[in-house]
Amino acid sequence: MLIVMALLVGALGAAAFYLLLARSSLKLLFGLLLLGHSANLLILTSGGLVRARPPIVPRGALEPPAGHADPIPQALILTAIVISFAVLAFAAVLVKREYDLTDTDDTEDMRQTWL
Amino acid sequence: MLVALPILIPLIAACAGLAAAGSRPLRRAFALLGAGGLLVAAMVLFARVWTRGTQVLHVGGWPAPVGITLVADPLSALMVLTAAVLNAAVTVYALGDIDARRQRHGYFSFIHVMLGGVCGAFLTGDLFNLYVWFEVMLISSFVLMVLGGGRPQLEAGTKYVTLSLMSSALFLSGVGILSGIAHTLHMADLAGRLAVAAVERPWPATCAATLLMLAFGIKAAVFPLHFWLPDSYHVTPPAITAVFAALLTKTGVYALIRVFGLVLPPSPYLFGLLAAIAAATMLMGVLGAVAQIHVRRILNVHIVSQIGYMVMGVALLGAPDPATRRLAIAAALFYVVHNMVVKTNLLLVSGAIRAMTGTELLAGLGGLATRAPLTACIFLVSALSLAGLPPSSGFWAKLGIIQAGFEARAWLLTLTALGVGLLTLLSMLKIWNEVFWKPAPADGPVIALSPRRRMLLLSPAAALTVLSVLIGLYPAPLLKAARRAADGLLDRPAYMAAVGLDAGGTPRGEPAGETGP
Amino acid sequence: MNSPVFQATTRVITPLLLSFSLFMLLRGHDQPGGGFIGGLLAVTAFALYALAFDARSARRLLGVSPRLLTAVGLSLAAVSGVPALWWGEPFMRGLWLPLALPSELKLGTVLLFDVGVYLTVLGSVLLTLLTLSEE
Repeated sequence: MLIVMALLVGALGAAAFYLLLARSSLKLLFGLLLLGHSANLLILTSGGLVRARPPIVPRGALEPPAGHADPIPQALILTAIVISFAVLAFAAVLVKREYDLTDTDDTEDMRQTWL
Repeated sequence: MLVALPILIPLIAACAGLAAAGSRPLRRAFALLGAGGLLVAAMVLFARVWTRGTQVLHVGGWPAPVGITLVADPLSALMVLTAAVLNAAVTVYALGDIDARRQRHGYFSFIHVMLGGVCGAFLTGDLFNLYVWFEVMLISSFVLMVLGGGRPQLEAGTKYVTLSLMSSALFLSGVGILSGIAHTLHMADLAGRLAVAAVERPWPATCAATLLMLAFGIKAAVFPLHFWLPDSYHVTPPAITAVFAALLTKTGVYALIRVFGLVLPPSPYLFGLLAAIAAATMLMGVLGAVAQIHVRRILNVHIVSQIGYMVMGVALLGAPDPATRRLAIAAALFYVVHNMVVKTNLLLVSGAIRAMTGTELLAGLGGLATRAPLTACIFLVSALSLAGLPPSSGFWAKLGIIQAGFEARAWLLTLTALGVGLLTLLSMLKIWNEVFWKPAPADGPVIALSPRRRMLLLSPAAALTVLSVLIGLYPAPLLKAARRAADGLLDRPAYMAAVGLDAGGTPRGEPAGETGP
Repeated sequence: MNSPVFQATTRVITPLLLSFSLFMLLRGHDQPGGGFIGGLLAVTAFALYALAFDARSARRLLGVSPRLLTAVGLSLAAVSGVPALWWGEPFMRGLWLPLALPSELKLGTVLLFDVGVYLTVLGSVLLTLLTLSEE
């Protein structure tokens, strides 16, 4: 399982960078999306792929039951998903505005900030 | 509660400004109130930390390492104070520089959200929250980058957003691996557990550290990850460039200092790499400025070069002698504060030049030494300080770094630092000659500023110049503060005790609720 | 999109979605749900409306500017941590009103925080969506 996840993280990352290096600004957006997924899967994998009990403290107890899962990767991934959702929404607006202004999604034709 | 104020005040000011964006006097009042309130809170916090030691807030009453902890140690308090001072100066400047349309679109609100993010990043006690605050800071900086702009701003924004998101993904991956190793992300707790884990299996931690170094490297704009900065910082109004230069890259440097100084176990490989990066950053930054013909672009490329000096301080953490390490970090912190003041000031001056002449190209400028003597004076003082001539604040900053370099016997690095100082002087002289000294071009327009606008544009720059000169003449207080911040950072047991953790990593008097599966 | 069937269905579904989003918001403290999910559900209601009619009618349905919603939501979330200070508790400590409501609903600062999140998500996502679909 670990090796499958590792390959998946790598494949997603590779696809992300392939898309990021493309000249289309739409592909850039998808590249960023995949990069976020790759990072999230990496966190999930490195947190340990184990079957464990939910890390919830039962009523009356002071600590979660023995053999509970580590909650940090899940909290981290959840937060990261929310944040990347917000950032990608912003990036989508940005790319759309740029497309409206330039009538092209070719990042090479958009270049203007050389000075 | 005091610890949370530098985060809360800007956020609330941002909301108030957003709700009142339609009314000019109200949004300007909220802008000043927010900046002033943050400054007061930062001063009180610094004084409290100085007299009573590290202040800790367990948000919601959850103890470390389970809950969210805000920690104001001397380092955090110093950074928050510097950020607040610069924000106040730039806010006054922005009242005169930022056009009504950008203000209506919420310029001040986004600045405040960014400040909240920056202060949060300085004050947070765990890596998870550091990530969140970084994102808060970045999202508002994205908006500021493209706010009210045409094609150049949108294009620069796309580059900036892409690079920032890549850095966030790297940061996240690094943090994920660290949490996989130690099952905690609380900085103090993580430091203790990583030190144990790294003895058995050093490679996972080194891998995560490399990812974090890359992520913070992109944010701090070190060579070879610096190229986005000179390509994007000059398209925004000068006030936004100034605030970015003051806060964004320096937050990256802060993260490097915090993570390598407190959290990560020392790794000779990484410190070697950082030393090489520092030297290359200093050199490439200063050489890159030679080819530029645009005032603000020259200054922006110099940001990169100056970051090299700060990273050099972090790289010297690899020195075997603890006293040298303390010296290096203290020098780097002094450098960060000095550079934030001086660099922001230079960018404010470049904005004033643009407001007066309508151009930023060296060819179209000239003769300002006689036509705008006050501006010329402010520029000269700051430029000489950036180059490190005695008795400016830059001299003490460079002296400290170079002294640390000699004590660590990092000869090559130290020689680079010395040489780059000389090249910086040449570069500043180039601006001086072209903008102020050479005769004014025949067709060069001069826009007469209204006294009120002139006051708004020049008084913050004058105030920052006075501050920089004061640091140059009386460096002792800042030196002392930097030394104390460095001591606080490197004294891991004291930090852990302050947040309520034993050196072993479990909270005192609490059941160990956060052990891994 | 100008389809009478879609428009008629939307008229029915939008109030349902909105009330479901409120339900999700209120149950969120102890059960799956909460401000973020509730806010997103409310966004889908408005997004559906904007698809069936147009962005301007969705704006009219909302009544207030999304930007104001974001501002109010953020301030609510930030301020919800302050009452704890009055009782000498640390900042952001959850406080509950000692009321026994005839349901599982509990009133307190945590709910206030969730309402803040709900409004912030609703305002900011709608701001993006409506900006994208206008012009």
